[in-house]
Amino acid sequence: MTELSKSGAAVGEPVKDSPAPSAFLEVRDLKVHFPTDDGLVKSVDGLSFTLEKGKTLGIVGESGSGKSVTSLGIMGLHTTGQYGKRKAQISGEIWLDGTELLTADPDHVRKLRGREMAMIFQDPLSALHPYYTIGQQIVEAYRIHHKVDKKTARRRAVEMLDRVGIPQPDKRVDSYPHEFSGGMRQRAMIAMSLVNNPELLIADEPTTALDVTVQAQILDLIRDLQKEFGSAVIVITHDLGVVAELSDDILVMYGGRCIERGPAEKVFYEPKHPYTWGLLGSMPRLDREQTERLIPVKGSPPSLINLPTGCAFNPRCAYADVPKDNVTRTVRPELAQVGGRHWAACHMTQEQRERIWTEEIAPKL
Amino acid sequence: MARGTAAGPRAVLAYLIRRLFAAAVMLVVIILVVFGIFFLVPRWAGVDPATMFVGKQADPAAIEAVRQKLGLADPIFAQVWEFFKGLFVGRTYSGGGDVTECAAPCFGYSFRNEQAIWPVLTDRFPVTLGLALGAAFLWLIFGVAAGVLSALKRGSLWDRGAMIIALGGVSLPIYFTGMLSLAIFSYGLGWIDGRYVPLSESFTGWLGGMILPWVTLAFLYAAMYARITRATMMEVLGEDYIRTARAKGLTEPVVIGKHAMRSTMTPILTMLGMDLGALIGGAILTETTFSLPGLGQAVLTAISDKDLPVILGVTLITSLAVIIANLLVDLLYAVIDPRVRLS
Amino acid sequence: MANSAQREGVAAGATLNRDAAPGETLLKVTGLQKHFPIRKGLLQRQVGAVRAVDGLDFEVKSGETLGVVGESGCGKSTMGRLITRLLEPTAGKVEFEGKDITHLGVGAMRPMRRDVQMIFQDPYSSLNPRHTIGTIISAPFKLQGVTPEGGVKKEVQRLLSVVGLNPEHYNRYPHEFSGGQRQRIGIARALALNPKMVVADEPVSALDVSIQAQVVNLLDDLQQELGLTYVIIAHDLSVVRHVSDRIAVMYLGKIVELADRDSLYKAPMHPYTKALMSAVPIPDPRRKSAKSERILLQGDVPSPISPPSGCRFHTRCWKATEICKTTEPPLLELKPGQQVACHHPENFEDQAPQDTVLLTVAKQAAELVADEVLAESAATSAAVAAEVTATPAEKPAVTEKPVVTETSAVAAPEDEAPAKEK
Repeated sequence: MTELSKSGAAVGEPVKDSPAPSAFLEVRDLKVHFPTDDGLVKSVDGLSFTLEKGKTLGIVGESGSGKSVTSLGIMGLHTTGQYGKRKAQISGEIWLDGTELLTADPDHVRKLRGREMAMIFQDPLSALHPYYTIGQQIVEAYRIHHKVDKKTARRRAVEMLDRVGIPQPDKRVDSYPHEFSGGMRQRAMIAMSLVNNPELLIADEPTTALDVTVQAQILDLIRDLQKEFGSAVIVITHDLGVVAELSDDILVMYGGRCIERGPAEKVFYEPKHPYTWGLLGSMPRLDREQTERLIPVKGSPPSLINLPTGCAFNPRCAYADVPKDNVTRTVRPELAQVGGRHWAACHMTQEQRERIWTEEIAPKL
Repeated sequence: MARGTAAGPRAVLAYLIRRLFAAAVMLVVIILVVFGIFFLVPRWAGVDPATMFVGKQADPAAIEAVRQKLGLADPIFAQVWEFFKGLFVGRTYSGGGDVTECAAPCFGYSFRNEQAIWPVLTDRFPVTLGLALGAAFLWLIFGVAAGVLSALKRGSLWDRGAMIIALGGVSLPIYFTGMLSLAIFSYGLGWIDGRYVPLSESFTGWLGGMILPWVTLAFLYAAMYARITRATMMEVLGEDYIRTARAKGLTEPVVIGKHAMRSTMTPILTMLGMDLGALIGGAILTETTFSLPGLGQAVLTAISDKDLPVILGVTLITSLAVIIANLLVDLLYAVIDPRVRLS
Repeated sequence: MANSAQREGVAAGATLNRDAAPGETLLKVTGLQKHFPIRKGLLQRQVGAVRAVDGLDFEVKSGETLGVVGESGCGKSTMGRLITRLLEPTAGKVEFEGKDITHLGVGAMRPMRRDVQMIFQDPYSSLNPRHTIGTIISAPFKLQGVTPEGGVKKEVQRLLSVVGLNPEHYNRYPHEFSGGQRQRIGIARALALNPKMVVADEPVSALDVSIQAQVVNLLDDLQQELGLTYVIIAHDLSVVRHVSDRIAVMYLGKIVELADRDSLYKAPMHPYTKALMSAVPIPDPRRKSAKSERILLQGDVPSPISPPSGCRFHTRCWKATEICKTTEPPLLELKPGQQVACHHPENFEDQAPQDTVLLTVAKQAAELVADEVLAESAATSAAVAAEVTATPAEKPAVTEKPVVTETSAVAAPEDEAPAKEK
């Protein structure tokens, strides 16, 4: 691992061209493009963020916003396994604990995978190999990174299963995934990803495939485990409830870019982007009085091959004509600081957004 | 939910016993059906089996004697009973004063040359079995390897080349490739003698005689297996658990060789079971092309001679082979895929 | 939020301006059951049954929306297919407009099919990719042998514009549309024959959040314009609350609670309903620390092949006592407009107060429930009990719960929260 240099970068905002950032995880201008017959799919198109140990970043977005592609990009799961298909074009920088992953030796990155950074997937039934026992799969994950005998590794597996709340772990360690219920499977998946004490844990829609009551158990577990292990966590989800439960910071993605990023409270209580307003307005909420009508975002998510020019959100934005000179349709807005550690990419002025939010949006939520 | 580990030895044994019992029932049904077809159809068609046995020019007395001796005049049930008895305890043919003892697996006598059928089967079965197993060994290795490589290098020159060859392998008839290989390696280059030599006589001679049939047969099947392996492997590589395996930090050889291969083997095994069974039933074309004295050749001759007892014997042996091959595949399947319960 | 008071006012003023059509019973379901046999072996002997739906009684009134919630395996989708008669019930009775349709054959059902339509979850797989949307939407006309006024094409185009699609897209294929648009196509198809009742099975769960809201609003508009009656099946409690007038909560093939929307969400009586609602992640980062309100349930839903005895929820309930294990609680109307099947309901007087000893499982389950919740539930139940004993029994109108005190210092009666020791 390269030496961690202290280049006084402000926490939260990536500093361009600094050789190694001080943040634990820093992503700079990440681009993941997939060439297809129909054109270049720009799944992620210039994404930057930082994350410290012990903190949780929630990445929110709709399908096709690039949130899952981002996580796979960090894990380096694009470059391998695209057999025969045209390879993903990936650029930018991903600094994990002082190592830049995109230019690092692939075998070095492989060794980081599973040990330094681990991942929990959405559907534990399909993400676990059906032909191996839970124990075999956890033992395998442990033994790649630790030179221990099978017995020790198995003890470790039982210990982890116990930790994630699987009853009779010494028996269930020999069960196959299909013999587990959905919630138990996700617990096993979490046990497997934490077996090497990773410093970065990426959870891609960790509860989407689960029932509500089981989802609550798993969210609780993830929260507890983070406290215990002190890892940095990225939670990727479309569910604002899940994000609010877990995250310290929130990053909202639209059309492969970050359109708003900031502390969870800021993003929920003082959102600065019309798309974030739209998400909040679209969602019926149990914690509020019944609203008569939801406030949906009109239209559909954009094509990642032909993103609208200017602001990618402009065709769906009710306020696209607020800024002058048709600028929303011609110039792509950059992320700009709108408050402490809070950024948004919108052409409207702060005052305009403030007014619209307090007068038109907030009262209807 | 909790049912402990997959299947203990006890469960496997119970399963085996159940399956063997089912296989026995199946065999009896097959015998009945085959017996019915072969002995009733000629009668309906107005052909007297006894005439077939003796020959058309024989005098009525000789025909009658044969009919007596073979019990062809008995009711069908009696005939079936005698046949079963012959299979398990042997039977005695007696008629017109001369008595023939037929020892325990008694499949009767050929209509054509009055030879006992069981020795014919035991002579020929090893040839066919050797052909099928040897070819299967070759096609599994080359077919699966080619398929895996194609899947990993999808769209590459290798992939396209392999798939074109595979297409050729699947579409070229075996007598064509067989004759071609004989013409080149045996008649042309003279590398290989090409005559069949029993294994008991000379190992190298046997190898020399079998190598071309093996390769020819394996070429056809390897082509099919390469295609199915490629398709399955590509599908498996897209599975979530392969991504999980990579996310754990496993090396690519382990991801492919362990995680992906195990899933890819399932459909291949199923196919192997069916193919082996079918081949043992008679690789007729291959055996004919290479003049191998196997079951396929025997049944071909028997069909052209309307030699019903031989056909019946070969059919039974084949059915048995298919049933056993399928049983083995099912057991292997349960070993590979724990979700398959042995029940 | 600053404007919550204002919002409340709006909500209270404009709850229902739907044409609350006469409110007569449109659909009546009694004792509805569906058991899927499990067969095994060579002879396909029946070795058991998945008791997907195991005795439902409810009514749907004309013009209302009945929401049905529950977790996977609770039988809600099977129920939807039973009342639209896509499945044949094992037992029980389904009456539509007073007519028994339980065992009608395909032919006899045909006229009924006009009146009852279904919308499915997956807008991708429920549309034939080889047909243009014109063909898809006009299919019901062909099946029923109806020619609408002005011709089929014109009618289809009208339907397209009703659901917010461009009528000129008549000749396009499903793959040319986005997920939300495809769901609109599904809705247009369901509306073609001008049905009285629409059963929607997870109509928005496959859609993105911003699109969900569009479809929810569309369903709402259509109901107001066309006076439709909905049965909306969903697992998302917030969506169900938003769309429904009354809500049925299902657990393992049974309705455990059936109540008016507001009663259910304000004062759920069945412990399962309460746990289910508290489990929904709240999109409010400030509530993150207020985790104490959450009731975590133990384990997963048991198998519907061999559901637990007595009350099916007793294996996961923190209030379960012996009676819960032995006796199945009937679905009773404890408050006007609120039916509950529970021996020890929340927010109401205990139905089996003599039975106080908690089961071992319940003690374990209670470990997961915050003290505040237990205390609060005890307090409200006690308050209701006091009120009920004070007022004559004929007046069971304890509609509004006493305000729950913020402090958890309310002394809990011994029998209500005994499991929690510090």
